[in-house]
Amino acid sequence: MPEIRNYTLNFGPQHPAAHGVLRLVLEMDGEVVQRADPHIGLLHRGTEKLAESKPYNQSIGYMDRLDYMSMMCNEHGYCLAIERLLGIEPPLRAQYIRVMFDEITRILNHLLWLGTHALDVGAMTMFLYCFREREDLIDCYEAVSGSRMHATYYRPGGVARDLPGTMAQYQPSRWKSKADVAVLNQDRQGSLLDFIESFTERFPTKVDEYETLLTENRIWRQRTVGIGVVGPERALQLGFTGPMLRGSGVEWDLRKKQPYAAYDRLDFDIPVGVNGDSYDRYLVRMEEMRQSNRIIRQCVEWLKNNPGPVRLDDRKIMAPPREEMKADMESLIHHFKLFTEGYCVPAGESYAAVEHPKGEFGVYMISDGANKPYRVKVRPPGYVHLSALDEMSRGHMLADVVTLIGSLDIVFGEIDR
Amino acid sequence: MSEKLDRLAACLEKKFKGRLQGLTQECGEITLQVAPGDWHPLARMLRDDPELRFEMLVDVCGVDYMAYGVTEWATETSSSEGFSRGVEEATFGRFTFDEAPDAGQHQGPRFAAVYHLLSISHNHRLRVRCFCPEDEFPTVPSVVEIWSSANWFEREAFDLYGIIFEGHPDLRRILTDYGFVGHPFRKDFPLVGHVEMRYDPEQQRVIYQPVTIEPRVLVPRVIRNDHRYLDDSAEETSADA
Repeated sequence: MPEIRNYTLNFGPQHPAAHGVLRLVLEMDGEVVQRADPHIGLLHRGTEKLAESKPYNQSIGYMDRLDYMSMMCNEHGYCLAIERLLGIEPPLRAQYIRVMFDEITRILNHLLWLGTHALDVGAMTMFLYCFREREDLIDCYEAVSGSRMHATYYRPGGVARDLPGTMAQYQPSRWKSKADVAVLNQDRQGSLLDFIESFTERFPTKVDEYETLLTENRIWRQRTVGIGVVGPERALQLGFTGPMLRGSGVEWDLRKKQPYAAYDRLDFDIPVGVNGDSYDRYLVRMEEMRQSNRIIRQCVEWLKNNPGPVRLDDRKIMAPPREEMKADMESLIHHFKLFTEGYCVPAGESYAAVEHPKGEFGVYMISDGANKPYRVKVRPPGYVHLSALDEMSRGHMLADVVTLIGSLDIVFGEIDR
Repeated sequence: MSEKLDRLAACLEKKFKGRLQGLTQECGEITLQVAPGDWHPLARMLRDDPELRFEMLVDVCGVDYMAYGVTEWATETSSSEGFSRGVEEATFGRFTFDEAPDAGQHQGPRFAAVYHLLSISHNHRLRVRCFCPEDEFPTVPSVVEIWSSANWFEREAFDLYGIIFEGHPDLRRILTDYGFVGHPFRKDFPLVGHVEMRYDPEQQRVIYQPVTIEPRVLVPRVIRNDHRYLDDSAEETSADA
């Protein structure tokens, strides 16, 4: 009889289910995982160190590239940390815009998570469906910031500019006939807010479609129910936040418990799981998409009725408008100083946390009074969740590791930083 | 909110009487400073005490205070010719491995580990700072057995700052490359790094070589004592002078 031993298996970094560049060293006994050792850092770019060598505003763009699936939420955490140190608060309209885009980002993130997770587990169609809806939301990003992904839209003290009054239109081409274009442009006749409103009207039925495909699906349930069970006590020990913690039955959401921006003025519910397995986490995220949709609708209504400034009227922190700069000497000086040197932030430290789609995204910032941060520490939710993969995957089959990675909702931009 | 903070601060002061190096409150956050020797029992109390119940360790962050307060442009003292226009290169973005950077104005130990705690039951946050007594061989006791989430965060702080967490079960590098030398987030580690990697067509393999890029920073580091942020006590002293 041949000797049977444990053997080591390299999973990734070039594996389609590794969600980027995860190298997972698995110690296997047959097909059962004995130990999982994630090797991370293949995408380490030293964002925090780079941020220490640049004025505050120049690092906003780096934040987009942390978790590159929920760009604006990262910016929000970073801007909040600076705002706390400066002791400023952006205008209310800017806060509503931030909330609206945070929730758009949450849907964007959850759609990508759902598409890739389902794809890993074997449901190809989901991927196509999810990307269909993502397209509309990415168009909102583009309309407001000019960029479809790395928006760099938030600023300490507000947002870069107000919401646009028009949406970009499709043009007829070799691939799209006039009739097709007319259909595509139907929702794009009004302002950005009209477009978002029409999206929120049709989106709940789309979520129903996803649920029809998955929630009661026998294969989906076989692959996810009872996989990676984490109890509430253990989830707290492991530092879980966001849907991972709520999936384990702990009702904790920073939007409710420690509200920031305009969340305390909005009405929404927090879904909570029961069993703490991959299936419950799936259900939590699906419901979160519906709740985000609800929040977006409230924001759209408020924003339509309440025009106003979106940038703080403090020339020492936010640059003056272009026209003013051309005519007014003092504005020109302010503009020059802000863009060559930036603003100095009073010495001190702050920690700002936002409810990021993946969990608690925190930015810890130490300032020594200079125009550049002394230390920026990003607290990525995915990093903590991935560290629990070893514990969650022990005793599961190799194929379940793929489910677990999908269920953790990890993105390497934020884990490696 | 501030009432709640005051209550927490009073509670912490009562419970840890004489064992704290400092307790400060700013920006709506409480910071404790503890000695490394006291940290372990205090951490256990922070987690288990029914009035505190910090069940979750949110973050562990290494900090290098070496270059605290370093500026590259004198903004306050002027000569007979006016204010200085020259930038004195002083921060890590501007030098390579051969040169040594300026030391800052920080007094006391160079390295610290900063912990962020969260209490789900009481909805509190707390920051704990623990300075490493030795600069050459910085050590702090590990809290992995108290909060499991500390595991990777401590590995990260070890990797990036070289802080040794005593009692950590598996203190390996985590973010940097296999075989990496040095601790990249220290303030005396240049921004451009030490080595670069490229494919060498002659040897037909990937090789490491000393960096060829020039250090380049566009904006000098400046500290301006803006009058808006001066508190009343500081204003009085400046008025006296």
